Amino acid sequence: MKQEFPKGEIKSIQGLSFTIRGDDIDTDRIIPARFLKCVSFSALGEQVFADDRKELNGNHPFDLDHNKGANILIVNDNFGCGSSREHAPQALMRWGIRLIIGESFAEIFFGNCLALGIPCLTASKEKIVKLQNLVEKNKHQIWNFNLKSLSISNQKETFKLNLGEGTYNMLYSGKWDATSQLLDEEEKINKTFNNLPYLNNFKLDI
Amino acid sequence: MSSGTLYDKVWNFHQVKELPGGSTQLFIGLHLIHEVTSPQAFSALNEKNLGVKFPNLTVATVDHIVPTSNQQRPFSDPLAEEMLVTLENNCKIHGIKFHGIGSDSQGIVHVMAPELGLTQPGMTVACGDSHTSTHGAFGAIAFGIGTSQVRDVLASQSLAMNKLKVRRIWVDGALQKGVYAKDLILHIIRQLGVKGGVGFAYEFAGPAIEKLSMEGRMTICNMAIEGGARCGYINPDETTFRYIQGKENAPKGQEWDKAVSWWKSLASDSKATFDDEIQLDGSSIEPTITWGITPGQGISIKETIPNPELLPKNEQQIAKDACKYMNLKPDEPIEGKSIDVCFIGSCTNGRLSDLQEASKIVKGHSVATGIRAFVVPGSQKVAKEAKEKGIDKIFLKAGFEWREPGCSMCLAMNPDKLEGSQISASSSNRNFKGRQGSANGRTLLMSPAMVAAAAINGKVTDVRNFLQH
Repeated sequence: MKQEFPKGEIKSIQGLSFTIRGDDIDTDRIIPARFLKCVSFSALGEQVFADDRKELNGNHPFDLDHNKGANILIVNDNFGCGSSREHAPQALMRWGIRLIIGESFAEIFFGNCLALGIPCLTASKEKIVKLQNLVEKNKHQIWNFNLKSLSISNQKETFKLNLGEGTYNMLYSGKWDATSQLLDEEEKINKTFNNLPYLNNFKLDI
Repeated sequence: MSSGTLYDKVWNFHQVKELPGGSTQLFIGLHLIHEVTSPQAFSALNEKNLGVKFPNLTVATVDHIVPTSNQQRPFSDPLAEEMLVTLENNCKIHGIKFHGIGSDSQGIVHVMAPELGLTQPGMTVACGDSHTSTHGAFGAIAFGIGTSQVRDVLASQSLAMNKLKVRRIWVDGALQKGVYAKDLILHIIRQLGVKGGVGFAYEFAGPAIEKLSMEGRMTICNMAIEGGARCGYINPDETTFRYIQGKENAPKGQEWDKAVSWWKSLASDSKATFDDEIQLDGSSIEPTITWGITPGQGISIKETIPNPELLPKNEQQIAKDACKYMNLKPDEPIEGKSIDVCFIGSCTNGRLSDLQEASKIVKGHSVATGIRAFVVPGSQKVAKEAKEKGIDKIFLKAGFEWREPGCSMCLAMNPDKLEGSQISASSSNRNFKGRQGSANGRTLLMSPAMVAAAAINGKVTDVRNFLQH
């Protein structure tokens, strides 16, 4: 089955959710380096968390039957730290993840997710742990994420979430794919180039 | 909000415009690419029918996947060969300068670019590698990016960025004998934590920083990202200018003087405002080593493994995980811990002075029985200069292997890997679970001189024991 990847405005996401618990989960764990030996991202979905999954022998959240088809991941603190490899969010996205909620995210990982149209939202430790407990208690409940109200809800309980204004605007307007915006005004790029001393023989009077 | 810092000044020079979402379009003065994070960026460019806007502002090399024992083409690993061929073709098609296998300038991207004089003060430097922060040592704003952003830089020579806050880390005093830049940065990360730098650029300043060589400064900035700071920098000074002068891509003749005067003007003002300031005493730092599974889990060589129960609450769980994974017990000394493998190299500590300092420890000794020890120079230039100084001979005579340049066992994308639960003394930058190529392999991060001492004794050793006579 061909997967649909995020495109355009991202205002709501609905689906099953599961948790990956633990602080400082780095991108080497999300996708071990040996899987970076590729010239296309296409095979990465199956390799997400490969070593952790092997260790748990079928009992890792990414292997459990009731998590098949889930698209919302709830994590803890400093998720995605370490390497800048976009292979990490690519692997999560290709497995099926479309939204990540956690206590905090490493900066490059956050940006890499945004570039793929995967929102990363935060909430306090207390809220996240409560959310994780709820998610684990009933594995079949559907969660609704709403960008406008910055919240996720299972009908009974609603959790408010945090997201920077810039990121919010990009997701709301569908302009999270930066390339076209960056090419909007090429003359301004050229002007910046022409004003940089080190690209203009160090003429300081420019 | 910061003002008058180098970060502010360089940022202002490179602002293209404000983007609708509120971020800034930032011009990138130097874009470095390698074989791992660029192929999909070129594919995406082709799909969008876009070209490379300024091909002469992107420079390529190959480092992550290169074998270090035999670099004969084609590589024995077909996937590694395919990645290299893809990069070669992309560079050829788009007119990008490529420092490939067989060239005397190939090397780890963060080692070779400074050596060629490509990295200069006042630049913005981006590369699809988190250790791009290294180039901040020259007074540049340098940061790692993902593959989608590599595509954006190729297409537009710019990125959508949010301005970071600036934290000044002021280090007083001077490092003691046997204490190196690596110990200092491991100490800083231990103090501020692995996510303490999220949202910040780190300015490293103060007497202990000023006394460091450019290579030491690169070690410091290289690991800013391990403290969560996407970029770290040091204000340019005479040490910086001396390093750059005469390098292949350095300004020459009249341009040199103009360049130096511009570079000087970029240093943070004496009255600059920082978002946060921290002060440390460099003279009290001891040789530092990580015991756990994050670069923030460091202790001095004389300390014992922490008892997780006695740590702050938010550090307890990861400390418990680390004790279990590393098979270490609380209150056990780190000094004297047996090791299996010794690795000297990487973009953190694979430069000439790193090899030189380690060779001083090794000279006249032999690698302990049963220990596998190897040196991987950071670049062809490092390898050549080391050979000219006879450094390779010192290591070989002691029983180390001397390899060809590359990233090697820092992340084990090539054949250099730990096996099973082997434990390594490593001069690299990450001790994450499975980082060095075995799912249960273990890593102790330390300075290259400490790795050398560990290789000789077969166990974690205080390098100062070798420096007393």
